[in-house]
Amino acid sequence: MNKDMKILIVDDFSTMRRIIKNLLRELGFNNTTEADDGQTALPILKKNKFDFVVTDWNMPGMTGLDLLKAIRADAALSATPVLMVTAERKRENIVDAAQAGVNGYIVKPFTAATLREKMEGIFKRLESGAA
Amino acid sequence: MNMRITIGKDNLDQARALVEHLEQDDVEAAGRVLDEITNVRESELFQEVGKLTREVHDTLNTFITDKRLSQVAEEGIPDARDRLDYVITLTDQAAHRTLTAVEECQPLAEKLDARANELGGAWSRFLQRDMNADDFRQMSREIREFFDLVAGDASQINGKLNDVLMAQEFQDLTGQIIRRVIGMVQDLENDLVRLIKIAGKLNEGDDAGADDDEKSLEGPPIPGRESDSTMASQDEVDELLSGLGF
Repeated sequence: MNKDMKILIVDDFSTMRRIIKNLLRELGFNNTTEADDGQTALPILKKNKFDFVVTDWNMPGMTGLDLLKAIRADAALSATPVLMVTAERKRENIVDAAQAGVNGYIVKPFTAATLREKMEGIFKRLESGAA
Repeated sequence: MNMRITIGKDNLDQARALVEHLEQDDVEAAGRVLDEITNVRESELFQEVGKLTREVHDTLNTFITDKRLSQVAEEGIPDARDRLDYVITLTDQAAHRTLTAVEECQPLAEKLDARANELGGAWSRFLQRDMNADDFRQMSREIREFFDLVAGDASQINGKLNDVLMAQEFQDLTGQIIRRVIGMVQDLENDLVRLIKIAGKLNEGDDAGADDDEKSLEGPPIPGRESDSTMASQDEVDELLSGLGF
């Protein structure tokens, strides 16, 4: 994984954004930006090229699922890997996210090890898919 | 409206009489019997409606006199909202206070780690007699400085860990607040159940069950209240996703 990659963290709780940001820093990723819901995230994504999106699901304004769908529907953004980190753990929700094209799904509360494992998995799959 | 009308021997006799009159083409007599039947039905219906109306009226009166429901609506719910807002504030503060302490501790620990490694290298060279007198004096000075660095940083780290410790006090406070809100919600629930029971009597036969949106978000699972489709762990989520081709 490229340690300089640009990562957008989307969560309505600033504490959770901070926790994810700190965990990413622990993993060597310092190039992070934050947004507090899908509505603020989308223009940021369109304006700058991001390599990875970590998003919550349940947010006011625009949910993580809608953000994911918007990313997949936008030709310029559609290839961006999206990792969902959420407290939503119902089977139907997870299936919805998978069908919408999520790259990874982590349920809160989670650990740094889980985050690393899922990120490595996502980039490994992307590389093997691109090869 | 689904009224239970008692069907007894009287009704049976009336029905027989009605058939008899119709067979004899006695339309007038048949009409009389039909009127009788309808009268009985109507009076029973009116009685039933009257009873329900009285019940509703009485119950509404008790709601008005004990003022509980209106109190809950006017004071209880805004009060609960404020309390829960405060819980968010407290937990937010505690989380930030903890995160700040962690963020400040990490560079201190990293610095100690790096410095210890450097000095460890020099010390190994000294043990292997791979060091001249000047370098030895330099190392001695650096070790002396390192002792001061360790003492200073360790006490700083200790102070920040204390901060983390103290930040956890939010749990006690928020626990008490939430417990009160739970009590208020319980009171409200009891009152609403009483109302629903009355409304249910008026609407028997209607499908009162609201259509639950199975896919709605339910937030963090509350122990003991998980739905059947709630994944218990990250492992279960992973299993589900791998079944979906991940």
